[in-house]
Amino acid sequence: MMARASFPEATGRRALPILCLVGALLIGLLLSLMVGSVPIAPREVMRALFAGGADAQDPIVAVVRQIRLPRAILAGMVGAALALAGLGFQAISRNPLADPTVLGVSSGASFGVTIATVLGLAGPFGNPAVVTLFAFAGALLAAVSVYAIAQVDGRLPITTLLLSGVITGLFFTSCVMLITAFLAAAELQGVVFWLMGNLMPAGGRTLAVLALVLAIGVIVFARQAARLNLLALGEEQALQLGVEVERVKRSAFVAAALVTGAAISTAGSIGFVGLIVPHAARLLLGPDNRRLVPAVGLLGAAFLMLADLAARTVMAPAELPVGVITSFCGAPLFVCLLRSRRGVEASL
Amino acid sequence: MNTLQVEGVSFRYRTGRGVEDVTFRASPGELLGVVGPNSAGKSTLLRLLSKVLLPQQGRILIEGRDVAALSRMALARRVAVVPQEFHVAFPFRVAEVVLMGRYPHAAGGAWGATNDDARDRTMAQAALKATGTAHLASRRVDELSGGERQLVSLARALAQEAPILLLDEPTAHLDLRHQGIVLSILLAHHREGRGTTILVSHDLNLAAEHCDRLLLLAGGRVRAVGRPEEVITPEHLEPAYGCPVTVERHPASGRPRVQGILNQRDARGTASQHSPEVREAGRS
Repeated sequence: MMARASFPEATGRRALPILCLVGALLIGLLLSLMVGSVPIAPREVMRALFAGGADAQDPIVAVVRQIRLPRAILAGMVGAALALAGLGFQAISRNPLADPTVLGVSSGASFGVTIATVLGLAGPFGNPAVVTLFAFAGALLAAVSVYAIAQVDGRLPITTLLLSGVITGLFFTSCVMLITAFLAAAELQGVVFWLMGNLMPAGGRTLAVLALVLAIGVIVFARQAARLNLLALGEEQALQLGVEVERVKRSAFVAAALVTGAAISTAGSIGFVGLIVPHAARLLLGPDNRRLVPAVGLLGAAFLMLADLAARTVMAPAELPVGVITSFCGAPLFVCLLRSRRGVEASL
Repeated sequence: MNTLQVEGVSFRYRTGRGVEDVTFRASPGELLGVVGPNSAGKSTLLRLLSKVLLPQQGRILIEGRDVAALSRMALARRVAVVPQEFHVAFPFRVAEVVLMGRYPHAAGGAWGATNDDARDRTMAQAALKATGTAHLASRRVDELSGGERQLVSLARALAQEAPILLLDEPTAHLDLRHQGIVLSILLAHHREGRGTTILVSHDLNLAAEHCDRLLLLAGGRVRAVGRPEEVITPEHLEPAYGCPVTVERHPASGRPRVQGILNQRDARGTASQHSPEVREAGRS
């Protein structure tokens, strides 16, 4: 009877934390719409959002609908994409420190976007889907390089993984710098600003591409979640339990590179979201990926919305790049995780 | 019918090691020990039986079906493996880890596998109880001691409900007391079921004491198969291990007991001969 009582429920309690996270996301969204150079009361926000027939004359409606809402949606989708990418890389490498920034995958995506810029495919007249494709290619190239360099006898030891991530990141960052050195001043400004990570209102097509890619990512991760759990036992044991390990790894790998590429191509390099959010979600919900996939998506969206809110307000009227906020949160957490015994052991 | 039939199986790594023309069979209810020196091919054989590797020659039949043609899920319903060491990358709870053993039974719909329905949970609980780890169910695996973790690993394999259980040195990293606990649980489980248990072990005496039959591997080849008293003899062991041995009878069980005889010349000989394995052991 004791055993029955202590046997943890896996299925029953899944809904409640997810509902809490949905609540957190809605609160984050509401705050993003309220706070800014012109503070807007919650009731006014609601009215601006749901009042039928957009009143073009009303400045509050314009601010909420045309400025703050698109920006909040962009922040939410970018946050969810980067957080899911981190979760995917962590599951594949069996390492809680893996993240698009740490692995240099973000730099690879930046490189892809820079190439697209040089080719004249980016910018206001470019097709966002094409830019995303370039970013995806760059991200995939970087990710494949990192894993190829880091692999020792079919394992991914933590030290070689981190080192090869640093090397790959530096290499692609240098490539980007080399290319920007040749760019004309006007283009350069755009690239540099974008590289710092920004959530300037994006066009409808950009948001649509990002939404589509994010949806693909969520579907892939949700479908593979149970199998990604079994990877935690090690690849050989996962095979022996009936998991087609290579297929699972490949699809999660491609999905993680894809969402990274989409996030980076719309918002530039925003670091450490993929490290912070899965870690927080694991503390809340445990390591089961079937719960983590929706949770990490929601929490990532809420996190980046709030980080953007902070970036907009701490030095108002000046605006910080949101990447500064996420790095200030992420870098100390990375150090803590690296120093903790468990973080190191987990990579064995 | 034989549960397991291995017919002329060969596999060679690029380094040249592996197994060569291995043939044996195991029947239901049998406890078969696989013994041999380092790099004899024991782990390779285990990887072949669990389809981590595919034979380059020959074939392996499980319940009459070729392993190469079975899906991994179908194979995992027939063969469960307890690895030498058991590390879980993230802080999963014991119950969650044991439920992972139910994955091969999962109804894998489009949205992935559900391995925690009522029957899965019953089986996982039974496995925890059988290994005396029910009280650990909600503990984090990464916080357990080595002995407890090995019991959880065994529970995970038992939850798999497979007729063939493969164990790779399940007691190698345990102290004497936990060796005894793991072994007695294993033997109790084996006696209860009609399953086939294959125990890979370094420990000749342990294998001779408990196994129905022994398979002696050396240099990737089968050197002897048979009852312990047929296999544990100086004629078989001395060429396999490259050192002289003495064999005597266990006073209580009457099973053979073996001891290596060391002299200066052989100590030098084996050290140089086995240096790659020494390195390998140091790494793992």
